Amino acid sequence: MAVTKLFGASVKRREDPRMITGRGSYTDDIHLAGTLSLAILRSPHAHARIRGIDVGRARGMPGVVAIYTGRDLQDKLAPVPCAWLPPNTDLKVPEYRAIAIDKARYVGDAVAAVVAEDRYAAQDAVDAIQVDYEVLPAIVEQEKATHDGAPQLYDSVPNNVAFHWVLNGGDVEGAFASADLVVSQTLLNQRLIPNAMEPRGAVASYNPGSGELTLWCTSQNPHIHRLLMSAVTGIPETRVRVISTDVGGGFGSKIPFYAGEMIASAISRDLGRPVKWTEDRRENYVATTHGRDHVDYVDVAARRDGTVTGLRVRTYANMGAYLSTAAPGVPTWLFGLILSGPYKIGAIGCEVFGVVTNTTPTDAYRGAGRPEATYILERMMDLVAGRLGMDPVDVRRKNFIPAGEFPYATPTGLLYDSGNYDGSLDRALEMVDYPGFRRRQEAARAQGRLLGIGFSTYVEVCGLAPSQAAGAMGFQGGLWESATVRVHPSGKVSVFTGSSPHGQGEETTFAQLVGDELGIPIDDVEIVHGDTGRIPFGMGTYGSRSVAVGGTALFKALGKVRDKASRLAAHLLEVSPDDIVFDQGRFHVKGAPDRVKTFPEVAGAAYLAWSMPPDMNPGLEETYFHDPSNNVFPFGTHVCEVEVDPETGKVAFQRYVAVDDVGRVINPMIVDGQVHGGIAQGLAQAVYEFAAYDDNGQLLSGSMMDYAVPDAAMLPTFEVERTETPTPVNPMGVKGAGETGTIASTPAVVNAIIDALSPYGIKHLDMPLTPERVWQAIQAREGR
Amino acid sequence: MHVPVEVTVNGRRQSVQVDTRMALVDLLREQLNLTGAHIGCRTGNCGACTVLLDGETVKSCCVLAADTDGQAVTTIEALAPSPGQLHPIQQAFVDNQGLQCGFCTPGMILTAVALLKENPHPSEAEIRHGIEGNLCRCTGYQNIVKAIQYAADKTQGAPAAAGDD
Repeated sequence: MAVTKLFGASVKRREDPRMITGRGSYTDDIHLAGTLSLAILRSPHAHARIRGIDVGRARGMPGVVAIYTGRDLQDKLAPVPCAWLPPNTDLKVPEYRAIAIDKARYVGDAVAAVVAEDRYAAQDAVDAIQVDYEVLPAIVEQEKATHDGAPQLYDSVPNNVAFHWVLNGGDVEGAFASADLVVSQTLLNQRLIPNAMEPRGAVASYNPGSGELTLWCTSQNPHIHRLLMSAVTGIPETRVRVISTDVGGGFGSKIPFYAGEMIASAISRDLGRPVKWTEDRRENYVATTHGRDHVDYVDVAARRDGTVTGLRVRTYANMGAYLSTAAPGVPTWLFGLILSGPYKIGAIGCEVFGVVTNTTPTDAYRGAGRPEATYILERMMDLVAGRLGMDPVDVRRKNFIPAGEFPYATPTGLLYDSGNYDGSLDRALEMVDYPGFRRRQEAARAQGRLLGIGFSTYVEVCGLAPSQAAGAMGFQGGLWESATVRVHPSGKVSVFTGSSPHGQGEETTFAQLVGDELGIPIDDVEIVHGDTGRIPFGMGTYGSRSVAVGGTALFKALGKVRDKASRLAAHLLEVSPDDIVFDQGRFHVKGAPDRVKTFPEVAGAAYLAWSMPPDMNPGLEETYFHDPSNNVFPFGTHVCEVEVDPETGKVAFQRYVAVDDVGRVINPMIVDGQVHGGIAQGLAQAVYEFAAYDDNGQLLSGSMMDYAVPDAAMLPTFEVERTETPTPVNPMGVKGAGETGTIASTPAVVNAIIDALSPYGIKHLDMPLTPERVWQAIQAREGR
Repeated sequence: MHVPVEVTVNGRRQSVQVDTRMALVDLLREQLNLTGAHIGCRTGNCGACTVLLDGETVKSCCVLAADTDGQAVTTIEALAPSPGQLHPIQQAFVDNQGLQCGFCTPGMILTAVALLKENPHPSEAEIRHGIEGNLCRCTGYQNIVKAIQYAADKTQGAPAAAGDD
């Protein structure tokens, strides 16, 4: 049914014309008359008692309208909520105030807020506020934070452990007791900073007459923002409208509900004037959530032939100073469940300590938990291979879940939908000419050159759903998605989707689905998203779920529209509905193609309603809330080839090959783009990026000068191919493509560099593998 | 302190009063309602605010509005030769999906215009170095590089059509 001309075509993006001409509508582009500018004073200390705040001088400065401290907003705003509460974890959610009241707990914690007639005046006044801090000892490293005697962030969180999560599947003890060998490694998965190019921001406009709050804000999930804003302000949901039309990248960092939009909204309500807050990049670095930051202790039980029989992981996850909106779910469910990867591992044990520290809160960052799990598996496969003297490809193949064994139930409780892991590996090996590479590598080594190849064979869980699973995991919401298809009397169509794209191109891919299913030109379709005043309640875009969940909701709503239109056409043509054939936008009588009603004719008739079947209401509009039966599981093989310069430690990328399988593909050009960007982010973790804190909790990599967001010259060209294994979970057979690149690429790059360094006996180095770190490792092995 | 400034923006002469410390990007966005130049960092690193000043690329967060007196600014809004038409580089970005979220795009396109004006047939490495001052977090730069190459091939060495002032 879906296989028609637009599905599978690289249709040019319909978003592009406004964006390439500078006519996008990002939050900071909203200019309302009378808007005040909000600037936030942030703590320069990682841990400090606030003894007093003197706003006297600031208040008298030109243009300043009002100044608020934590106490001023205490009764106007409930604490920042946490919306993922994993059960059976002894979870403690410490109080998180939009503006800190007695204590600041990280560098960047809000301490006061100024509103002024313009941004310059607001910033001047922020600088003039005097705060009397009593600086307290800070703790930055999560494992140390759990030790006795470490500084405590909260009386209510003993040893700084906010939760302890355990997941066991299979006989873990038995697997280790009977293993031929156990390979153990500590892996540091460093903290990263998402760096969406658009900083976060909010324009809050409260209308005292109607009691309505309109909030433009940088959100990946405007209805979740609306729900939480209503909860913290007490303004009824019916009187809160959240608009996030154009969002300049998110990567997870625009999922959470933050203090900034809360403060802007509360002040707008207080003063009855619009308030705009746009963070600067320094604020983005310290006060927008970070990602990753694991210490993982890993043991693998294996047999002499390379079969992995057991995996044991103990993780210390750094949650930062507060529990952000979805944060507790990231290092637990989104991490532990996928620890089987593409491998048949009989026994898996995972325990996670979620630890609060005096650092910026962490939350979802592209991949969210799944890159951490994949890094563990793919590094350990290479370490097992090294220990046994086996080829890393052979160890992977030996452990793959065979293509004939789907659906496959993992010991951690997931049911993999479909897969053909050998298929993507075979194609990738062919592309890189693996035997040829090994020959070249040997020849190069004889000349003192260090070539390396690294593999990552991954599977990920995406299309985040279903709601029943969300409930079991403690996520405080459903994981379905909604779509309304409104056919206008002219036959033109508006789609209102709960998916909330911020670069993923759903205005194009969703329109392709409409064009195919209703047989109308794509130009007759508009896709409306990101405005709670226009769309049905929706869950938003994260976890590579837009097409698998939101796209399926749309597909089913389109089916309902077509069914009704078909029955109306039958009535108008005076035949039975069974005698109607729908073909390319035309309803005609079976065997009589000239007895026809076009889609626009039927749409018009539905609104004129002069002649309707007795059981049919006027109009042509359908809504579908889709809750899938399962997640979907993309997979693939990434291969990286590098050359390391032993004199400088610098890594040169020779080749990067990705063979992904994301099920069926609506728009190949858009999927390729998603994969490129994903690989870039994962590769950057391997060799460039690191959020560095000093022991006092100062963020050292707190600007674009210090944090290595890669530029164009730092990245190679990626060779991207696909295999196609449809999922049975949804009728279109689609999975998800937003995170595969990031999940897969990090270990492929690290494995390649370690392979290059193997002549030195180097078996592991922690990321990022900067020239200095690589050079130091070589120097240490050479004994200089 | 405010000073008067006479600056030509997208071909139109503007007489404005600006705070002496106001950045050019704030003049464009706040006073002239030209929101195509985006603010990603305010420290000259990301390039999202790139505009052409007397034909050369500048990061408009690092140029004082007061210093543009007597000069000519071209922003992304005026790059296309006429409404409904696109500059060849804009068209190349659409044809090759050289953008995703679109936030870096106006700056990236203006940098590409200047790059191709200076070097009409750049190699891939020259393109990558040429756009080093403009960061993108979505695309991994692959389709941006492809778009610029494509535009260079299409124009076959002809100077860029607009934004040359």
